[in-house]
This record gives sequence, C-alpha cells and structure tokens, in this order.
Amino acid sequence: MIGALFVTAVKALVLILALLFAFAYITWIMRRGLARFQVRLGPNRVGPFGLLQPIADAVKAIFKEDITVAQADRLLYWLAPLLAFTFALAAFAVIPVGPDGWVVANLDMGVLYVFAASELAIYGVFLAGWASGSKYPLMGGLRSIAALVGYELALGMAILPVVLMAGTLNLQEIVEWQKQHGYFIVYQLPAFLIYFIASLAEMSRTPFDFAEAEQELVAGFHTEYSSTKFVAFYIAELLHWIVGSALIATLFLGGWDAPFGLPEIPVLWLFVKWALFIFLVLWIWASWFRTRYDQMIRFAWGVLLPAATVWFLITAYYVVKGGMA
Amino acid sequence: MSVMALAKALGITLRHFFSKPVTIPYPDAPVPLKPRFHGRHVLTRHPDTGLEKCIGCSLCAAACPAYAIYVEPAENDPENPVSIGERYAKVYEINMLRCIFCGNCEEACPTGAIVMGYEFELADYRYADFVYTKKDLLVDTVGSKPQRREAKEKKKPVKLGFEVPYVRPELEGVKYE
Ligand code: SF4
Ligand code: SF4
Repeated sequence: MIGALFVTAVKALVLILALLFAFAYITWIMRRGLARFQVRLGPNRVGPFGLLQPIADAVKAIFKEDITVAQADRLLYWLAPLLAFTFALAAFAVIPVGPDGWVVANLDMGVLYVFAASELAIYGVFLAGWASGSKYPLMGGLRSIAALVGYELALGMAILPVVLMAGTLNLQEIVEWQKQHGYFIVYQLPAFLIYFIASLAEMSRTPFDFAEAEQELVAGFHTEYSSTKFVAFYIAELLHWIVGSALIATLFLGGWDAPFGLPEIPVLWLFVKWALFIFLVLWIWASWFRTRYDQMIRFAWGVLLPAATVWFLITAYYVVKGGMA
Repeated sequence: MSVMALAKALGITLRHFFSKPVTIPYPDAPVPLKPRFHGRHVLTRHPDTGLEKCIGCSLCAAACPAYAIYVEPAENDPENPVSIGERYAKVYEINMLRCIFCGNCEEACPTGAIVMGYEFELADYRYADFVYTKKDLLVDTVGSKPQRREAKEKKKPVKLGFEVPYVRPELEGVKYE
C-alpha cells in the first residue's frame, strides 16, 4: 500500500517536472515557431539557438514588481492563479504515455476526470476576472467563461461517440481498443473535427483566443496580474495546450500505440503524436484570424453542439444495432 | 468565411515556414546596403596628386539644413599646398548629432570634396565625440570614432557592419576593407 503510494508519488513528481519542462520549452517552440511562420528568426540570443531563453524569461518574470490592485479581493485574487495552474497540471495525470504502468492514475473514469479538471480550471478564469476588482478583467473573464462553457459542451458531446464505441471511460483502455481495432480518427472523423475545433477554444488558441483579445480587453481576465501570478496563468494557458494536444492524440490517434507496426517505445509515440498537434495548433495560430465574439458563441451553440449531437446519435444507433462495441 | 480560404491561409503560412527568414542577424552578419546609402561623410582627395579636394568655400555649410557643418578656410601655401585651389579648409567639422544625412552638402559642393559614405555605426557617449573633424572624415579613415576607439583598445582592425555591392564612383579613392 505504502509502496504503491510511493510509486504513484514518484510518477506524479516526474510528470509534473516533465510538464513544467515542456511548458518552458513550449514557450521557446512557440516563439521560434511563430517567428518562422512570419519569416523571422525568433529569440536566438540567449544560449545556442536561444535555448536558454525560457530561463531568462523566468528570471525576468520573478523579478517583476508584483502589483495587487487596491480593489482586489485578496484571497480570491491569490487563489485564482493557483487554481488555474493546479488543475491545468492535474489533467495530465490520467493520460497514459505507455502500456500498463506508464500512467500516474489509471482511473476507470479517466475521461470524466479530465473534464472535471478542465472545468475546475475555468474557476481560475472566473475568480481572476471577478477578484481583480476592475472592469476589463471582469468583462474578459465573463467572455472567457461563456466561451469555455459553450465549447466544453461540444467537447463533451464529441467525446461521447468515442466512449460509446470503446465502451469505456478509461483512457488506457481506449488506447488498447484503438490498438486492436484501429484509430478513432478513422471511425470518428466528424467527432475528431468537432473535438479539435472545440479544443482550440478550450486551449484559448486562435481562432478562439478570447482570453487575450488585446485589442478589446487589454489582456482579458489576467489584466491585473503581474509577476509570478501572471506566470501561473501563463503556464496554465500553455498547459491547456500541452494537455489538450496529448488528449487528442490519445483519444483519436491511438496515444502511445506505435503506428504502422513500428517498434513500441513508451513515451516516444505519444510524444510524436503530441508534437504533431502542437505544431498544428501553432500553424493555425500563425495563419488565421480571431473570430468575432458573437460569431464564436453562435458557432459553438449553433453548429458544433448540434453537429456533435447528431453524430453522437448516429454512433449510438450504430453501436446499439450491434456494430462494434 | 469559406473553408477554402482558410486552407489557403494555411498553405501560405506553411510556405513561409520553410522559406529563409528575412532577419539579418546584425551585428553577427553585415547589413547589406544599397550603393547610394547615406552614411558618414568622407572628405575625398585627388587620387593622382593626393591634394584635398575641399577648397574651404563653405557652400556645404550654407546648404546644410541642420547647420551641422563648420568650415574655417585658410590660404594655401603656394610651395606646399593642401588643396589645389587658393584656399583650403583649415577646420572642417561636421556635428553628427545635428546631421540628418540629407546629402545636401554633397550636392552643394563645387569640387565633389564632401561625399556621403556608408558607415552608420556612429553611436557614442559624449556630445563632443560626435563632432567629426578633418582627421575623422578624410578619405583614408575607416570607421566611425567609436569604432576606431574600440579597435584601438582591442588592437584589432575596425570591423564595419555593412556590405555594399559596389562603392559608388563619387567616393573616389575610398576603400572599405
Ligand atoms: S548630410 Fe545634410 S544635414 Fe548632414 S551635413 Fe550634409 S547637408 Fe548637413
Ligand atoms: S566640402 Fe565642398 S562645399 Fe564644403 S567647403 Fe569644401 S569645397 Fe566648399
């Protein structure tokens, strides 16, 4: 018992460190990548290829003045970034990076857990907007929440067909299913598309990056945050990107399973698929515009949710008729 | 909003992703300049006799919209002339902080003595150091004042931060290593 607990704790620690490392370098990849899309070089002065840039950024962020607005609700103002950060980190716990033991928590309701964690992360946004005691964060927070909730529904709807077909909520078993029957992106292309689009909103990336609609809202819900508290939000935002990409890869591209009969190496294949989605999101980020707010909400409720529901019903009919389950 | 347009946008950015960045990593790499770039002035000499072209007429100073030039003429010693005319510029100063690099001085000069060069790395610390005298401007001087100071400290030749496809003919006798 104690032994198992210890193993889990070590796994969790390794995962947290890996995620924070991934975060640090995702900032580098993001800046270098976006720069290349814009025919620039990006940060390349700190260390070889600018590889030490994240460290320089971290040092700079820590030494910034930490301002608390006079009108702010102290407790919640502190709590919000912690919430956002913790739950963004927690979501990865159930994603398997390899067969059997290669997961921190092999939960039977893994999918639900991921959703619960990302829903709780919305509280971070909400509390930040509210506790800042300032107009812009409040408006930005409201907008972010409305968007996140809307897309979360479509997200959940798009996952249901996968769950129905695999007959399990356990992410490890979903991967095992795909290992046997083929990837869900083949069976569930519409669900994949809906899920991917909704994920973009969930990660607050272009074309749905309303959290940081600089032109209208300064910086949305985290306008009044500075220094390390801002960094916590920043980490949370990028972690959503990291975790979201890993989740799509797990749900629709077979997770850690080696494609095309290649040798199976834990971590590696999930990493490759994950990197694919990281790049895809970056690519979209560099290419598209931000949609107007009302268009985005209408799209979520008027297009994505009905489409996901219809597809869910079709899958359900198929499964009930004795298709694959 | 058509899907085709979105796909096209993705195509364009992807093409750019694989193209060479336009960034010039100055100062690691030299900045490519056009031959008619207006940089630090050069006082040229007659290449055959080595005499200065400047005759101290002050037309450049008159033409200068920024009042950046100060010329003090003196009579040439017939035995040992500095320039080919009757007079030469005993003092010739350009204040690089005032200069707007318009090139009017070059156009006004009747002898083609003052010519716009290419050097642009003129940043320095003291006001006084921005006044470029004859010795800083004459043809054989390579580099701005701060550059030459640094080169002297490090005992290395001046490293210029630009490259030009060719040096235009007005800059007679000017060589950039
Ligand atoms: S370039 Fe223009 S501003 Fe500069 S010294 Fe010549 S005339 Fe004056
Ligand atoms: S540089 Fe030309 S215009 Fe100026 S004083 Fe000399 S000769 Fe006259």
